[in-house]
Amino acid sequence: MKSPARRPHGAQGAPYGRPSRSRARQAPYLFLVPAIVLFVLFFALPIGYAVWLSFRKVQVSGLGLGAGAREEVWAGLENYAGALSDSELLHGALRVLVYGCVVVPVMLGLALLFALMLDAERVRLAHFTRLAIFLPYAVPGVVAALLWGFLYLPSVSPFSFVLDALGLPQPDLLDGGPLYGALSNIAVWGGTGFNMIVIYTALRAVPAEVYEAAKLDGATPLQIALRIKIPMVAPSLVLTFFFSIIATLQVFSEPTTLKPLTNSVSTTWSPLMKVYQDAFGNGDIHAAAAQATLIAVATLVLSFGFLRTANRRTKQEAGR
Amino acid sequence: MPYTKRRRLVSSAVAVALGATALAACGSSSDDDGAASGPVTLTYWSWAPGMDKVVDLWNKGPGKERQITVTVKKQASGDTLVTKILTAHKAGKAPDLVQAEYQALPTLVSNDALADISGEVGDAKKEFADGVWQQTTLGTDAVYAVPQDIGPMMFFYREDLFQKYGLTVPTTWDEFADTARKLKKAAPDKDLTTFSANDSGLFAGLAQQAGAQWWTTSGDKWKVGINDAATKKVASFWGGLVKEGAIDNQPMYTPAWNKALDTGQQIAWVSAVWAPGTLTTAAPATKGKWAMAPLPQWTKGENRTGSWGGSSTAVTTDSKHKDAAATFAAWLNTDARALNALAKESGIYPASTAAQTSGAFATPPEFFANQPDFYTKAAEIAETTAPSAWGPNVNVAYTTFKNAFGAAAKNKSDFTAALDAMQEDTVADLKKQGFGVAE
Repeated sequence: MKSPARRPHGAQGAPYGRPSRSRARQAPYLFLVPAIVLFVLFFALPIGYAVWLSFRKVQVSGLGLGAGAREEVWAGLENYAGALSDSELLHGALRVLVYGCVVVPVMLGLALLFALMLDAERVRLAHFTRLAIFLPYAVPGVVAALLWGFLYLPSVSPFSFVLDALGLPQPDLLDGGPLYGALSNIAVWGGTGFNMIVIYTALRAVPAEVYEAAKLDGATPLQIALRIKIPMVAPSLVLTFFFSIIATLQVFSEPTTLKPLTNSVSTTWSPLMKVYQDAFGNGDIHAAAAQATLIAVATLVLSFGFLRTANRRTKQEAGR
Repeated sequence: MPYTKRRRLVSSAVAVALGATALAACGSSSDDDGAASGPVTLTYWSWAPGMDKVVDLWNKGPGKERQITVTVKKQASGDTLVTKILTAHKAGKAPDLVQAEYQALPTLVSNDALADISGEVGDAKKEFADGVWQQTTLGTDAVYAVPQDIGPMMFFYREDLFQKYGLTVPTTWDEFADTARKLKKAAPDKDLTTFSANDSGLFAGLAQQAGAQWWTTSGDKWKVGINDAATKKVASFWGGLVKEGAIDNQPMYTPAWNKALDTGQQIAWVSAVWAPGTLTTAAPATKGKWAMAPLPQWTKGENRTGSWGGSSTAVTTDSKHKDAAATFAAWLNTDARALNALAKESGIYPASTAAQTSGAFATPPEFFANQPDFYTKAAEIAETTAPSAWGPNVNVAYTTFKNAFGAAAKNKSDFTAALDAMQEDTVADLKKQGFGVAE
């Protein structure tokens, strides 16, 4: 790109004979307008409206019947106080924490393992394997949950059938502790492929010279994986971790789909289910808006907190 | 989704004796009448399957003459539709007509979403049982909806298996418990039925049969009686059966439940008049092996039932063509051809008394071909429906039911404690919203 016509505008001797400078200054804003308009319309405004709603409430008087019996009034922080003191929301958050502690390490661990294995030198059927591992990601979450739900339900599950035939006990996977395993399994099954591709792509981007040098120094494939590959894909690991935390905090469709199958999943199992229940089951959009705002703030704090710590460590390591 | 949910019906009287004055203010403004002047297009939110075909009859027949065209927009059923209507109403954009469950009417009326159509459909009153009609008036002079379908509760059982295990059809709840125990003894891996916590309507219907009055008013205050003596009796009865293991505790409408019914692992179901439709899909292998009987009673010789499900057609206050909409609502739920189509296409059990034994209901449902008098009996049972009492936050009570009773059924713990939680949550919600609540 050395043609003089592509010289940056504003450099010596305005080649196009452009008019005044002020129009040139407006240009970037003009280009930004569509993005800003879309951002405001479809992002800032709805969020702002939700926050606004979270500070309001509906006040009913008497029997609450008739045209003037309901009015929307300012609630201040009442909805937030209610959300924070709501034990169901807290329990939901704890349940999701347990769930996340299972899902995130298992999923990323498997994704890294698969990526490293696919990246190994002599691997057969790499294309097919990659596709096979990635495929579950293409299955919609609800469909996956239904599929697994049927596999979990003792009386229709082929697993139970086999265990029964072998005379082994059949655990109820939709109750108590196993329920977390059951739910995590759906997420791991669906999410590993995507994360694997992210890590695998990063691995492919590592220059071959690095490996050659390592090999010349006598590193075994295992050592290459542990000492070179993993550190070099650390940024991708951070990224996938970041996505996984957000996805975990927002878990909704899997427990919602399993809910009708078991008594163990309540309508408020995860924080987002509680928001949904309050907004669309109980018709209290104001309380739901406050909870949604809190969840958004918690997500931001957690995910960016993680990003900052991760970045700081990467920088420290780079500085060494 | 549970097949039955779309036609959850409730036939009973809303015992909320609301002051007529409180309601006079709402929805009685004289809307402009579009019926006479030029063509009118109405939108109708409904979840009934095949409703578009029924509406086609109108659009090609009486609707064409009157230049009133109705468009159906298929909706999800239940509580989510109520929220959707209320949200649309807030924006002034609710459809002209909506399908609404009876227990949702107080909520919709209290949000000023439903128009008073007493002037337009008052004549239709004679087509329905008093208790059913009363639910659409909320005990006032106004009329907020036209009843569409009802769901009187009944007892369904596997005739062949009852014979095999030497069981007799229980006429009282005590006999019901004995039957469950007797079956457990004869065949330990079988269950008479299950207590399911995933459809609150079933429990509400059972409580209604026992004489419960969950929401009543005194003056300008609501009184919540969810943990009243009658409901407590029902809760501890079922809780006891679950605890001793006489019946199952797994939810209904799951693949496991379908299988249990289909293979005869569960041999009875406390349900409502729409059960044949559900059984057809859930347990196809058992066709012709079931029979229907009245619900067991709390006192021998009594004759009462509750209701599970049921819905009505209402006109919203946002409709610009109240007259046209009300005319359609009345036609849909009283015209013989419309009701016949509703029975055929949507599989509903009509609220209109004349339709309950004629047309599609002159012969028994295919699944119950062995019981020729199915619908005659059903109509008799429908007449014995106890009055019901709905309030403005049924959804909150129902949510707590699902969670608290779900947990209690799972842990086989005290059902009355779950009932208390339901009462507390419901009262707390009313208070939080600012309703007057009598202790």
